[in-house]
Amino acid sequence: MTLDDFVYHTGEWLKGTGPHADIVMSSRIRLARNLDKKFFPNKAPKKELLDIVEVIKKAFDQIDYFRDSLFLRIGELDNVDKKFLIERHLMSHEHANNPEGKALVISQEEVLSVMINEEDHLRIQVMHSGFNLKETWAIMNTIDDQISDKLGYAFTPKWGYLTACPTNTGTAMRGSVMLHLPALVMTRQINKVLAAISKLNFATRGFYGEGTQAIGNFYQISNQLSLGHSEQDIIENINGLIHQVLEQEEQARQALLVQNQAMLEDKVFRSFGILKNAHIISSQETVELLSMLRLGVDVGIIKDVDRKKVNELFIIIQPAHLQKIEGKKLTMGARDTLRADLIRKKLSVDKPG
Amino acid sequence: MQCDICGKKKATVHLTEIVDEQMTELHLCEDCAREKSVQMEQQFGLADLLAGLADFGKQVKGEDREKIQCPHCGMSYGDFRKFGRLGCSECYSAFKDQLDILLKKIHGANQHLGKSPLQVPAAVPAPAQKSSPAAKDLLQDLKDELQKAIQAEDFEKAAVLRDKVHEMEKKENKK
Repeated sequence: MTLDDFVYHTGEWLKGTGPHADIVMSSRIRLARNLDKKFFPNKAPKKELLDIVEVIKKAFDQIDYFRDSLFLRIGELDNVDKKFLIERHLMSHEHANNPEGKALVISQEEVLSVMINEEDHLRIQVMHSGFNLKETWAIMNTIDDQISDKLGYAFTPKWGYLTACPTNTGTAMRGSVMLHLPALVMTRQINKVLAAISKLNFATRGFYGEGTQAIGNFYQISNQLSLGHSEQDIIENINGLIHQVLEQEEQARQALLVQNQAMLEDKVFRSFGILKNAHIISSQETVELLSMLRLGVDVGIIKDVDRKKVNELFIIIQPAHLQKIEGKKLTMGARDTLRADLIRKKLSVDKPG
Repeated sequence: MQCDICGKKKATVHLTEIVDEQMTELHLCEDCAREKSVQMEQQFGLADLLAGLADFGKQVKGEDREKIQCPHCGMSYGDFRKFGRLGCSECYSAFKDQLDILLKKIHGANQHLGKSPLQVPAAVPAPAQKSSPAAKDLLQDLKDELQKAIQAEDFEKAAVLRDKVHEMEKKENKK
C-alpha cells in the first residue's frame, strides 16, 4: 500500500453510517503515550527521535493491527503529501512542522492512525463513522493494550500516563464527536449551545481540529479533563452531552421543516443547483453549499444523493486532494476550475437505482 | 566580671560555645544572655528543624522553585513554566510537588482513575544517566522515613535523617 492508494479511497469515518449519522459525522478517540525515561520529542535531539521511531516501528511490526498499515517518515514527504494527510484528518499541522524524526502509521481503512514524535512519542487515533464512542474506545483499548505489551509506557499509578503537557496527564485521552449542526446555526441558537458546552468543561473546535474555525456548520466537541476520571466515565460524560446537543439539533430541524419548509427547500435546492452547475468554485463556497446539501439529504428533501458521497466531497475538494488527483501542483485558479468539474461529475452520476 | 557583649553589666551567665571545633567561653549579663538564647534557638532549635523540612516540601520559595532541575533531562522548572512542556517522564518526579498543585488546578483532581498499561514501566532497564536509580530510591526511602519520624514527633531522629537527605541531595546535584 502506498500513500497514493488513499486518493481514490474513502476512509471508514466518512461512510455516513452508524448511530445518528444524520447529525454525527464521526467519533474519534485519541490517546497520548510516551516511552518511559526517553526524552519527550520537544527535548530529544534528532538522533534520539530517529531511534524512538525505530523502537516503535519494531514493536508495531509484531502487532496484528498494524500488519497491513502504511508507515510513513514525515521527513520524506513533500508538501502536498503532508497537506493531503492533514486534510484527511490523519495528522496534525504541528506534525508537518519540523518533520525530521517524525513518522505516521495509517491502517488500511483509516480507522487507526498513529503520529510518532508529535508532542508525545505516540498519538494514537481511532476514528469511526457515526455516534459511536464506546465501540471506538473498545478498538482503541485493545490496540493500546497490545502496544503497552511491547513498549514500556511512562506511567505512574498516581498520575496515570505521563505526557509532555500536563493538560493531557492521566488517561491522556481525548474523545471527540464531529457534529453537523446547520439547523442550530440557521435558527441562531448555536452560540447558546456552545456557551453551555464550554461551561461544562468541554471544548468545541472546527472541522480541522485545534485552532480552526467552524466551517460548513461542523463542530467537534471533546473532553478537556483527563485526570481523575476513568476512560469509561469520560466517554459517558461526552455521550450525555452529545445526546442533548443532538436533541436540540433535531428539534431545530423539525421546526425549520414545519414552520419554514419553503425557505429550507429553497436553500437546499439552490445549493444543490450551484454545486451541479458551477464551473469555478472556491473551497469555502463549496463547503457552505455542501453543508446545505447534506442537510437536505439528512431531512429527506433530497432523495437521490448518497450521504457518503457528500461526506467524501467535503474531503476531496480540498487543495492538496485536488493536486493529488491531478498528479501535479495547481494554481488557485486551476484548482477552482478542477474543483467545480469534480463536483459536477460526482453529483451527476448519482441517480436513483 | 563584666558581660562580654555589652561590657557594662555584670556577667551572671557563663556559656561554652563550640564553633568550627573552636571552643569559646562567653560570660554574659542576664539581658544579653536572653537575646543570645533567642538567636541560638533560631539556629539550632525546633524552628530550624521545621524550616529545614519545609525546604523540600511544598514551601520552596519562587526563585528556588524555578531552579529545580530534572536530573534525567536537565530541564528546570523555570524552563517548564516558560515552554509549558515537560522534558521527559522523569520531570514528573523532579517537579512532583509543583506538578501536584498544577495538575489539581488543571483537572480538579490529582489521582489517576483510568486504565494501566500491561507492561509495568519499572521492568524496562533504565539507561545509564546522571543519577543512578538505586541512589534515587534510597533518597526516596530516606524522605519517607523522615516524614514518618516527623509525624511521630521524633524530632531527634528526624534531624539525623534530614541531614542525611541534604547530604544525598548535595551529592546528586554535584554529579
